Amino acid sequence: MATETDTRHEQQGGVPAEAGPPEIETIGEGLETEELILNLGPQHPSTHGVLRLVLKLNGEMVVDCVPVVGYLHRGLEKIFEWRTYQQGPRYADQADYVSAMLNEHAYCGAAEAIAGVEVPRRAEFLRVIVDELSRSASHCIWLGTYGLDVGATTPFLWCMRDREYILDILEEICGSRMNHNYYRPGGLLYDFPQGVLGKIERFLDGWEKSIDRDYREILEGNEIFLERTVGIGVIPKEVAVQYGLTGPMARGSGVDWDLRRDRPYSIYPELKTLKPVVFSEGDAFARYQVRVNEMKLSIALIREAIDKLPAGPVRSRQGHVWKCPRGEAYYTVEGAKGEVGFYMISSGGSNPDPFRAKMRGPSFMNLQILPWLLKGRLIADLVAILGSIDIVLGDVDR
Amino acid sequence: MAVDQKPPARPIHFEISDALKQRPTTTQTGLGAPDYVAPTPGAIANEDNVVFATVKDLMSWARSRSPWPLGYGLACCAIEMMAASASHHDLARFGAEVFRSSPRQADVMIVAGTVTHKMAPRLRRLYEQMPEPKWVIAMGNCASSGGEFWDSYATLQGVDTVVPVDVYVPGCPPRPEALIEGILRLREKIFRGG
Repeated sequence: MATETDTRHEQQGGVPAEAGPPEIETIGEGLETEELILNLGPQHPSTHGVLRLVLKLNGEMVVDCVPVVGYLHRGLEKIFEWRTYQQGPRYADQADYVSAMLNEHAYCGAAEAIAGVEVPRRAEFLRVIVDELSRSASHCIWLGTYGLDVGATTPFLWCMRDREYILDILEEICGSRMNHNYYRPGGLLYDFPQGVLGKIERFLDGWEKSIDRDYREILEGNEIFLERTVGIGVIPKEVAVQYGLTGPMARGSGVDWDLRRDRPYSIYPELKTLKPVVFSEGDAFARYQVRVNEMKLSIALIREAIDKLPAGPVRSRQGHVWKCPRGEAYYTVEGAKGEVGFYMISSGGSNPDPFRAKMRGPSFMNLQILPWLLKGRLIADLVAILGSIDIVLGDVDR
Repeated sequence: MAVDQKPPARPIHFEISDALKQRPTTTQTGLGAPDYVAPTPGAIANEDNVVFATVKDLMSWARSRSPWPLGYGLACCAIEMMAASASHHDLARFGAEVFRSSPRQADVMIVAGTVTHKMAPRLRRLYEQMPEPKWVIAMGNCASSGGEFWDSYATLQGVDTVVPVDVYVPGCPPRPEALIEGILRLREKIFRGG
């Protein structure tokens, strides 16, 4: 029989993969209370939107957790069937709305794969630049709101400040702050305007310093932040693979899997600075480190893409109607949260819209591990664990 | 289904008849809005610095200075709502940055995002949990009229079918400046006793 300190330490330190979540009875003998059903959400400040969790509690321990999703289900996949290929990226924006460019990339990639159209080289480089900017904006939002979740307000203000710079750049490029609608099947809507590349470089120079000087110092130098994240929500490598986690969730658990390298698309194979960020601890702090280091990786990738940027057209086929032959394709993009995939079927003929477009939302897949993570944990850790998954409810419900 | 064929409108079954009868007149930002009228204080001061005012005017003045919103983020607009309250746009300049998590402490419900049929009864319940007086801002095209989800089977075609809306803020999503403009319009309306 272990002492209470030992079990508590074991509970925070990690769960062996084969053992599964710890049993409730080991926490404290004779301390069981009557089971309480607590309803968290759908309107709750820390569920990152409209997620609803039905929690079964024993004292302060979570016995069971049932996520109820669908409060933001807007029928996007049905809408894709009614919209032409040019209108589709606008709706793909709405899924993961904090990193909209990556969804557009997956949608257009699937349409191009069916049609077998080569995208101009300059367009691929510009796509990488806006993709990485969009990923940085998403990680900024995550870091800011995660700071709020665990009780720090200042990182939120700093992250939103830097995100405004990114959004200014994206607005100058495509005319919209959030739902960009910049991709088109076969390329991009139009080229970058004059002077944007210099603006991006100036922003990156300042932001690179701000990541180390501001974000990391205020969070990693804070005892409360470390106490609430280190050893909390540990996902072993095997469990991460079993649950199909992707993105920073998998790479925080030591799974060396980055679609930009392992299933190469666009011009990522040509970029020398692409080294996936992997941390093996598997706790919330490791996922924090993955995302912060991915910001710096994005900076390096954007710089290299700007250096190698060729001249040329940005759209392979002009015109108002894009038609695909009969066929199907699955195209994946390494999104800010994980694998963003589009499975698209075209019925061919003169149809200007896809017959079916299934979207794989990384947030939905990553959310599945939440009941496993929460079983036997303290309710105070719930928000820290949920925040570290980085869900966007538009991507969960679609 | 072809793109230009709009499916027939589906009736939405909520018990909202009472609320619809009591709907106040709405103001709208952007096109078609009434001309800007500078708020004139309803108080008269004489030479001895004694202020005469009606209680109603004083209450309206006090209420209009600091409307506390309910933190009710639904979709993309919620991110812009956060951006409006964060460092760059700083909603605190207008006294509306205190996002309450409980409807019992809120004055203004900013419906930021797409309202689905599954969410609509919860929205109505949150509205009823807010204490009087209360106001509603419909932020974004989805909340205002259904927006780009006009033919979706799952979304509500405008939040004004469920709760009475005071200010509509168009945009997809509206810029933070547009939300601030909407809050200022609401302040005018509250000041005039709305």
